[in-house]
Amino acid sequence: MRSTSSSTESTASPDNFVEINNVDFAFGKRKILKGISLSVPKGRVVAIMGGSGCGKTTLLRLIGGQLKPSSGAVRVDNQVVADLDREALYALRRKMGMLFQFGALFTDMSVFDNIAFQLREHTDLPEDMIRDLVLMKLDAVGLRGASKLYPAELSGGMARRVALARAVALDPELVMYDEPFAGLDPISLAAVGQTIRRLNDALGATSIVVTHDIVESLQIVDYLYFVADGRIVGQGTPDEIRASTEPFIKQFVHAELDGPVPFHYPASNYEDDLELSPPKAAGVAG
Amino acid sequence: MISGVRKLGAQGIEAVWRAGAMARFFWLVLLHSGTSFRRFSLTIREIYFSGVMSLVIIMVSGLFVGMVLGLQGFETLQKYGAEETMGVLVALSLVRELGPVVAALLFASRAGSAVTAEIGLMKATEQLKAMDMMAIDPVARVVAPRFWAGVISMPLLAALFSAMGIFGGYIVAVTVVGIDPGVFWANMQAAVDFRYDVLSGVIKSIAFGVAIATIATFEGFDADPTAEGVSRATTRTVVKSALTVLVIDLILTAFMIRGL
Repeated sequence: MRSTSSSTESTASPDNFVEINNVDFAFGKRKILKGISLSVPKGRVVAIMGGSGCGKTTLLRLIGGQLKPSSGAVRVDNQVVADLDREALYALRRKMGMLFQFGALFTDMSVFDNIAFQLREHTDLPEDMIRDLVLMKLDAVGLRGASKLYPAELSGGMARRVALARAVALDPELVMYDEPFAGLDPISLAAVGQTIRRLNDALGATSIVVTHDIVESLQIVDYLYFVADGRIVGQGTPDEIRASTEPFIKQFVHAELDGPVPFHYPASNYEDDLELSPPKAAGVAG
Repeated sequence: MISGVRKLGAQGIEAVWRAGAMARFFWLVLLHSGTSFRRFSLTIREIYFSGVMSLVIIMVSGLFVGMVLGLQGFETLQKYGAEETMGVLVALSLVRELGPVVAALLFASRAGSAVTAEIGLMKATEQLKAMDMMAIDPVARVVAPRFWAGVISMPLLAALFSAMGIFGGYIVAVTVVGIDPGVFWANMQAAVDFRYDVLSGVIKSIAFGVAIATIATFEGFDADPTAEGVSRATTRTVVKSALTVLVIDLILTAFMIRGL
């Protein structure tokens, strides 16, 4: 497994579809990312893992150009995202697909129209061809039979799979998944995981999976980065991660309650809070 | 005391900031309006939701306002033996003032609030963000068609409101009061001027349409992406639209009135 320090030395390489070099990002005075560097090679499925609120989703938004880094550079397809004007950014985004954490399906459209939306907006394809393409995408996620349903009629797992089909509707070169496994039952979770891997290989795409589901990730991804407190704290292939003895990764992989990430949020002395401490000498208090 | 002044100052800055943001938003919508006309079906769909779905409340209200105007007018006019001019009173009140203003207030409550809630909820559920990530501009695809639907619907609804009001006045005048229908229409036709009366009402209703559509779309787009944020934005739309309509009405009336 590579050491954390080596991750900050990555340089622009044509083999990488995404490269993040020494990126800082802050919301106001609150620093979210602190000197993050990582790279995602073409054709690979890479997971970015970490606890809730560690800056994983912010990373995806930086890659998609919805946020700009305070310092450092985010390169996608050899273009610095923050330097692009709106037209160039939209051209780049056409090469991307994104699965949002809560699906973000268009609630006033049927499942079919959700998938067809980008095809209708970005192409001049005839409607019968769009129909075939949409049904193919839906078949790939096992929901061809649900094409006429509306998002409100779908279960959480089905909605996630529809969102997945929509994310790959235009056969993007880069697919970003924001918490694709959150809140799914084991069957839906496995289905979504396998579909992510299958779609990546079938499309010849590059995928970034932001998640905290270690078990599923170890089965489907090629490489993992661990983020904690806005920094990369570990990285490696699934085998390297399983064998890792690094405290943070060990705690994360084995779901240990206490470790580098404390179970308790910082607080005052427990006994003092419960007022169990012996009373202080008279004259000292008050 | 100082904290009160400070709070007032903060609210003032916030109000100026929002006014500026709304003005920028208005220009942004105008700049991104191409899609609304190139793909007019998008705008037609929104005209259906904003305009057609408001027809019932507008027409029923117009009818009742016209009937009330007729009854109130009769009471005053009969003192001067001028009941025959009831048609003039009803028509002028409606086409110049009540039609555009009341229709605008109803439109803001019925359609403006719905547009704000819809756009706000799309924001809260990340639908706008998803669209933006698909390289589809949400201002062009979501906001502009709703804006133009409001601008187009408002004068048509105001005209319908006035027409229904005049019909309500006619019912009262002819069936209740017993005025001759010919006299009712002839007096109205002779007294109502197209340019000064009808056109001024149309201009007002277009101005109200622009104001309500801008406020409704801006408040939705600017809403905090939470249930509470959307609820507050919807309330702001109704309150701001009502006040803006009345202020614009005063300004336009001052410019349009003859003999001042």
